[in-house]
Amino acid sequence: MRRNTTAMSSKWARSRGARWGTVAVAAALTLATASACTSSSSGSNPKSTSAPSPSSTAALAGFPRSQTLYTSGTAYAPPTIWNPFDLGNFATGTQGLIYEPLFLYDPVKNTYDPWLASSGTWSGTTYTIHVRNGVKWSDGTALTGGDVAYSINLAMTNKSDPYNSNTSTVKSATASGNTVTVTFNSPPGYSEWQDYLWKAPVVPRHVWSKLSAAQQVTGANTHPVGTGPMLLDTYNATEVAYQDNPGWWGTSQLGLKFKFKYLVDVVNGSNNVELSALTAGQVDWSNNFLPGINELISGLGGNAGYGLKTFYAKSPYMLPANTVWLEPNTTKAPMNNVNFRKAMAYAINPQQLVQVVYSGITEPAGPTGLLPNLEPYIDQGVVSQNGFSYNPSLAKQYLAKSGYHGQNLTLEVPDGWTDWMAGVQVISQDLAAVGIKVTPTFPQAAARNADLTNGSYDLALDNNAQLDSTPWSYFQRIYQLPIAKQQTAQLNWERFSSPSDWALVQQAGSTPVTDTAKLNSIYSQLEKDFLTQLPQIPVWYNGAWFQGNTKYWTNYAQSGTSNENTPVMWNGYLGSMTTVYALANLSPAPAPKP
Amino acid sequence: MRRYLTRKVITYLLAFFVGATIDWGIPHLMPGNPVQLYLSKFQLQPGGYAALYKTMSEAFGTSLPLWDQYLHFWSGLLHGDLGVSIYDFPGRVTTLIFDAIPYTLALLGPAIVLSYLLGNRLGAAAARRRSLDNTVLPAGYVLQAIPYPWLALALPYLLGVVWHVFPISGPYDQTLLPALSWPFVSSLLYHWFLPFLTVFLVSLGGWAIGMRNLVIYELENDSSRYLRALGARERLVRRHAYRSASLPQLSGLALALGVVIGGNIVTEIAFHYPGLGLLIYNAIEDEDYFLLQGIFIFIVIGVLLANFVIDLVYITVDPRTRLSMQGAAQ
Repeated sequence: MRRNTTAMSSKWARSRGARWGTVAVAAALTLATASACTSSSSGSNPKSTSAPSPSSTAALAGFPRSQTLYTSGTAYAPPTIWNPFDLGNFATGTQGLIYEPLFLYDPVKNTYDPWLASSGTWSGTTYTIHVRNGVKWSDGTALTGGDVAYSINLAMTNKSDPYNSNTSTVKSATASGNTVTVTFNSPPGYSEWQDYLWKAPVVPRHVWSKLSAAQQVTGANTHPVGTGPMLLDTYNATEVAYQDNPGWWGTSQLGLKFKFKYLVDVVNGSNNVELSALTAGQVDWSNNFLPGINELISGLGGNAGYGLKTFYAKSPYMLPANTVWLEPNTTKAPMNNVNFRKAMAYAINPQQLVQVVYSGITEPAGPTGLLPNLEPYIDQGVVSQNGFSYNPSLAKQYLAKSGYHGQNLTLEVPDGWTDWMAGVQVISQDLAAVGIKVTPTFPQAAARNADLTNGSYDLALDNNAQLDSTPWSYFQRIYQLPIAKQQTAQLNWERFSSPSDWALVQQAGSTPVTDTAKLNSIYSQLEKDFLTQLPQIPVWYNGAWFQGNTKYWTNYAQSGTSNENTPVMWNGYLGSMTTVYALANLSPAPAPKP
Repeated sequence: MRRYLTRKVITYLLAFFVGATIDWGIPHLMPGNPVQLYLSKFQLQPGGYAALYKTMSEAFGTSLPLWDQYLHFWSGLLHGDLGVSIYDFPGRVTTLIFDAIPYTLALLGPAIVLSYLLGNRLGAAAARRRSLDNTVLPAGYVLQAIPYPWLALALPYLLGVVWHVFPISGPYDQTLLPALSWPFVSSLLYHWFLPFLTVFLVSLGGWAIGMRNLVIYELENDSSRYLRALGARERLVRRHAYRSASLPQLSGLALALGVVIGGNIVTEIAFHYPGLGLLIYNAIEDEDYFLLQGIFIFIVIGVLLANFVIDLVYITVDPRTRLSMQGAAQ
């Protein structure tokens, strides 16, 4: 009897164990499925559309691969906000796919393309904008001059609006039909206004005027109403998906049509995860920094069998996108001594750095640090007379005159920016070779920003100087005054005080952009002062990282073709430069051969 | 029994109160300003910065005095509101956590439970047979000693990149949308398997070795000798030894399950599996106090809950506990 009981109980115990196991697995997976389903949300709001509303993809099982473009390299946090004024946080595509600016800037041709504005002209201190006809918001209402005037007035009145400083000399903006008249104080801030024209989004007055001042800049705006080529479809913790907007004005007026129905931008994991996703064809358009990508591109006789495309077919492969400065805190000794700064400049070997750290996918910076698209503004005579280059013996001579007595300096770089973390090792070795002792430190990104903003650092790397349409913003970034206790605008982070140069920058800002002769003479002087003072030390140009997989889509933007457009989905490129053209030029890849 | 349970419940509530207070205290008493950290992503002139600073302070509640923030924390906690995230503003902390929890539970729950069950069986079998012992014990040591990061790199490389058997990242195929359909669920399972295997393998060794040692001890102790002296079959002796040896393992299971809520950070980063571990990592990277605070509350709750459940299980499983409690009640 006892035997039977124990036999039964043993069988029960064994099967109970197996049952527990199966129950655990089943329960957990049900949980996962349920969570994935509920956390995915639909962005399209059929209630508010009278224009042709997109069919909800919730009805489909997923995105048809041949009609979807997968992008990566922009989002590092789950998409939660589609407010184009929340510059640090908004989801990929907010500006560019949903909201659009008045003009686009083409960095290759150095021209401005009329976009939501069909034209804009100066007349004395008045700027007249003709708003493009026939443009509709995604809820069916027409785009009018009232929306443009509203957006300009919002920038003027709402101090948290990121474009507030661009409208600092605007007196008023009034609309009459599709004509907007913007009047300025004298002298107008021509350069900062020019920036507004291609960087600032036009927002719908009938939506935005109903929001509180805080909501206007930081509200989540999860049902965005825009004029752009795509509509928000769905989003969840790992991706954001857009659907083609059939009513987009670009199709009927400029002949631009996206050949993909869906664009899905994935939230990025680590670099190796993105690299395998790219090579496996799960991501088509990657804007990740992928160390070693040049091997994949050039290996095995080209393309290494992966069919990857980059902007340049050969080194440096990537379009130069921002200048990396070695940024000295010029309020602290020995960085306040110009000879010390010169010693650092002559000690660094940028050519070696770009080879060692980037394997040639970046370029050494020119002495002025101005990006190659601003070549026409660079005074070569000034550069050849005052420019620096790699010369350790000259560096030692400057160091001897600098008052440096061997103290250890820290060089801050955000933790996790692996290429910079490697770059500062090369830089500190170069500096040590001439006798400057530097220790790299790796604080978290937010802490490093705080240190630079508060001026509590010795040396840092800074690449805030992005691709821009004129040298004005570059020099503004270097020379802006006054210097506040907290440099929250992230301008003049090196805290350099040169009132004469700041006056020159302001002069350039209030010179009409068409007066190239006067502008060139001002910039020539600024370049000379920059090279003789070296408040920042340009080291290399970071690239607009781009790798395209041709498994599903081809005809990516490439240099030397008619499709020489910016191939990045990052904010500032997608919503202000020529990425939209690059997207419209994509065509489906031919079916793979069996 | 009732006194025992009430005493237990009070102890756990007290532990929760202390744990939650410490959890609130650490980020709020630490130096550093979360609003300033959040605004460091913006590039605003001083006027705009000041305006946004005021807005954000109100959104994060940092403009209130400290004791007021503490009270708000408790009222929010009781209402299930843990505030707003910095890393993913304006996402709510509870939304982010509840989006991530199922993935962590799906990953670690089965891994721990299955490795516990299988590991115990292996360990017990190894304790019986010398031939099995010679393979299971060294294998167990090797498995237990393998660091997660190494396995999380080696397995996906072999099975994913070289042999293309399993996908190496993500919770499901990115071309699919979440739905209660077979393609989606199968994709979920397919992506789940490798991370599950990583955690399972490393945990397996530990349980097997522990159980093997405990069973050997139990098989040689006085009660087993007495049973054998009475003429019981070896199977019966083993049955009782297994049950006795399971008790310390159960405590270990309680601990393992308790911290399961914390997720396995390394595995989730390596496989980009959007569970709590990856969320913790992202929160630390972005110094998101509120998200970390919220996650740690869950960990505190998880540990206390698991311990409480195991205490109850002990009552049913261990006759000695049951009897001692009934004795105390009398």
